Amino acid sequence: MTEITRDRPDAGGHFGAYGGRYVPETLVPALEELEAAFEAARQDPTFQHELAEIERDFAGRPTPVYHAERLSSELGGAQIWLKREDLLHTGAHKINNTLGQILLARRMGKQRIIAETGAGQHGVATATVCARYGLPCVVYMGEEDMRRQALNVFRMKLLGAEVVSVTSGSRTLKDATSEAIRDWVTNVRDTFYIIGSVVGPHPYPWMVREFQSVIGQEAREQMQGRLGKLPNLLVACVGGGSNAIGLFHAFLEDEGVVIHGVEGGGHGIDSGAHSATLGQGEPGVLHGAMSYLLQDAEGQVQIAHSVSAGLDYPGVGPEHAWLQDTGRVHYASVTDEEALTALQRTCLTEGILPALESAHAIAHVIRVAPEMRPDQSILVCLSGRGDKDVHTVAEHVKLDG
Amino acid sequence: MTRIAKAFEKTRAEGRPALIPFLTGGFPTLESTVPLILAAEAAGADLLEIGLPFSDPLADGPAIQLSSQRAIENGATLKWILEQVREVRKTSQLPLILMGYLNPMLRYGLDRFVHDAVQAGVDGMIVPDMLPEESADVVAASREHGLSNVFLMAPTTSEERIRKIDALSTEITYAVALTGVTGARGDLPADIEDYLARVRKNTEKPFVVGFGISAPEHVARLKGKTDGCVIGSAIVKQLDGTSGDEATRRLTEFLTSLRSS
Repeated sequence: MTEITRDRPDAGGHFGAYGGRYVPETLVPALEELEAAFEAARQDPTFQHELAEIERDFAGRPTPVYHAERLSSELGGAQIWLKREDLLHTGAHKINNTLGQILLARRMGKQRIIAETGAGQHGVATATVCARYGLPCVVYMGEEDMRRQALNVFRMKLLGAEVVSVTSGSRTLKDATSEAIRDWVTNVRDTFYIIGSVVGPHPYPWMVREFQSVIGQEAREQMQGRLGKLPNLLVACVGGGSNAIGLFHAFLEDEGVVIHGVEGGGHGIDSGAHSATLGQGEPGVLHGAMSYLLQDAEGQVQIAHSVSAGLDYPGVGPEHAWLQDTGRVHYASVTDEEALTALQRTCLTEGILPALESAHAIAHVIRVAPEMRPDQSILVCLSGRGDKDVHTVAEHVKLDG
Repeated sequence: MTRIAKAFEKTRAEGRPALIPFLTGGFPTLESTVPLILAAEAAGADLLEIGLPFSDPLADGPAIQLSSQRAIENGATLKWILEQVREVRKTSQLPLILMGYLNPMLRYGLDRFVHDAVQAGVDGMIVPDMLPEESADVVAASREHGLSNVFLMAPTTSEERIRKIDALSTEITYAVALTGVTGARGDLPADIEDYLARVRKNTEKPFVVGFGISAPEHVARLKGKTDGCVIGSAIVKQLDGTSGDEATRRLTEFLTSLRSS
């Protein structure tokens, strides 16, 4: 047994009591093959070079950190900095991961790509890299999410992907993920499953974190360059938790840096309609890993709710479960309404339309920034842009004139 | 000798694979579960699998997913299913094997669940999302309370791993017939004989085959190549939309057709 460190899980893929592999036996050789291929790729300078080059030329890395001066001054507290993942190609941090995984799929000689998607951002990012590398792509998406995110469904189809409507269960990300896993069990020999977050069986939570941790590595260097010091607080939204772990990971050893993850509080925690898995869930097994889980007294998985399709998931990455238990990261939640308000405020003060997911992080900042001093700083992961959410926002927000 | 061991001693002596129907507990109705189990025994079932409903059954195709969802809506819980087993045990010695996903068992409390299952009269347990690597707690509880662990093998499983799974299983193992989820299919995989020969060569304990077995000709083709055939989705489909006597009649007819194969 290898030791669990903040660098990597143990040999079985555990972060403390969480993670591991809880899958049908059929997938064991595929997961072992994937783990070995990733292990080799991450130590291969050619692979790393190829990934860095495509991230730069195709995705638009590095992304800037931006000082949100007007928002900071309105709130009258800490200086707010945004890590602009919203500026990436396809509009969110998801592309960091899909580029890494598609290069791995090519290296492994896989001929077919599948993915699940909630908000559609991961689906678009997967369809995009499949088009770029000429591989067929099937995306599983809940029927309810297809309705909420019709624009992204069309984008995926434009990119040549087949979008399969999932009508089982809650018809959202949870069920789309189950269906993608069933496809993989069936077509495991030639198919590569590009999971979109730090969830699923080992090695996915670790591998996806490694592909996303470029966010924090860049930001850490950029903040030191701009301020000559590290930020006092990091904030990111948490659905499955990939943008959050991507930002947090490079700072975990920096003990002076306080870290907050923000979950979807939906209609409010007391309403029961939320997606605050870490705050309100109990440990359990879903989609191949042990982690916190929204579940009822019988161990049936509960339906999550969030106005943001990307946060609407009853599970969460196992590393976040571990970071919560060890106390390194504090997880809070904000309601749908607070997120919608934060989205509008970011538009008005900064001229930036954040994704509803990212607006949850900003809503939390609106709460905590006034309690901090102006010489302190908060670094927020602006994980995606809100173009995809305009329709949803219009359903909730009345504008004058 | 355990009920499971006795069942295989009998079917091996008779030179045929054991007939193992699968029923989702609480499907199609709560009231039908005990009569269906007893009807299965009367129609010649040698062992029986009882599915524990779960909201997210990863290894299952549409038929069993739907039966699971219905059973949850009907109010079937683990505790309730163990009560049905207790009821069956008043009159029946049919070996009963639970097939259920890990999370509801964790929620119940693993050790307590295994204890209560054995007390109710359950003989064995299959957990399709639990690999040997993550099974230490379940195996320890099962050894302590006397429950038979049945681990799964798949066509993708290496010979070395088949031997490991055979060693870890208590009395029997389970060979998943195909790469895929449960569900009735027209044909068995073309290479199933090679696969089952590989399993036979690397196992010492009896093994059963399941996933996709849905017709008398499938059972006939597997004769001599396995110790038992599990039939699930095809039965669940027969029972969908039925209740009471209609459900037991459908099950009896279907099992009779399989037995005559």
